[in-house]
Amino acid sequence: MDQFAVKVFVRLRPSVLDPAGEATKSASIKLGAEGIKSLRIGKMIEVKIEGNGENEVREKIDLLCDRLFANTVIEDYEYSLEKL
Amino acid sequence: MDNFIVGVIVFPGSNCDRDVSWALEGCLDIRTKYLWHESSDLSDVDAIVLPGGFSYGDYLRCGAIARFSPLINALDEFVKSGKRVLGICNGFQILTESGFLPGALTANKNLNFICDDVELDIVSSKGGWFNDGGEKQTIKLPIAHGEGRYHCDSDTLKKLVDNELIALRYKNNPNGSSFDIAGITNEKGNVLGLMPHPERACDETIGGTDGLFTLKSLILK
Repeated sequence: MDQFAVKVFVRLRPSVLDPAGEATKSASIKLGAEGIKSLRIGKMIEVKIEGNGENEVREKIDLLCDRLFANTVIEDYEYSLEKL
Repeated sequence: MDNFIVGVIVFPGSNCDRDVSWALEGCLDIRTKYLWHESSDLSDVDAIVLPGGFSYGDYLRCGAIARFSPLINALDEFVKSGKRVLGICNGFQILTESGFLPGALTANKNLNFICDDVELDIVSSKGGWFNDGGEKQTIKLPIAHGEGRYHCDSDTLKKLVDNELIALRYKNNPNGSSFDIAGITNEKGNVLGLMPHPERACDETIGGTDGLFTLKSLILK
């Protein structure tokens, strides 16, 4: 069995308003940061997972992302995978 | 309605289960039974309410974890059989997360937790959940949510409009919901999800009775 470290990024789809991102952008400008054109907030999920090779692990992570980690009505996801 | 029993689902973090039961039993003389989320036996109940609250602490997304409970798995057959299911607030979020209703509910546009009475237009009384007087009608119900902004893509919205699946629209949109949507039904009409709380509007002493009709309609066949 191989072990992998997976980092999943879940983001609101570009067409979905992100009010928390807007509020944070507003605070960033108040802090004095210049040049911020856009600020959106997502989630990062770290998973350590075992499997027989990368393909099998990708299948498991795809299922998790599609059915649980992200709501694909409003969110997109992507992930990176590193063999430990 | 002596033998009719409404099941009220209780998740860890539900907090409107007792309100729903009180409104049904105390105001409408309809029997209720609490159903713990780990049960999958729905044979005793004739209709189901998914109450408001914060199931599983709203972890990940509102309603996302509740979707995997044994009871929600068993709900599929129940819905297919035509029995009635009402999802209120967190219950509506669970119904969208689990695919019984289209779209999703996300953070209010102004990021506030909004606790207020709102005026609602009855757009469709599909399924008989709202009083159909022929004319478009307005009711007043309380809302209490931080993540009640209904979102769907344009194709889904067209389908909702074309099939008369939009039950309620806010008169003054409080949370940024697409098309002012406050509640929708499935195509068959036996599943209703809404953000407002009808169970909190069942007695004049607490501010109104506009929620009675919807709760009473749980006993429709």
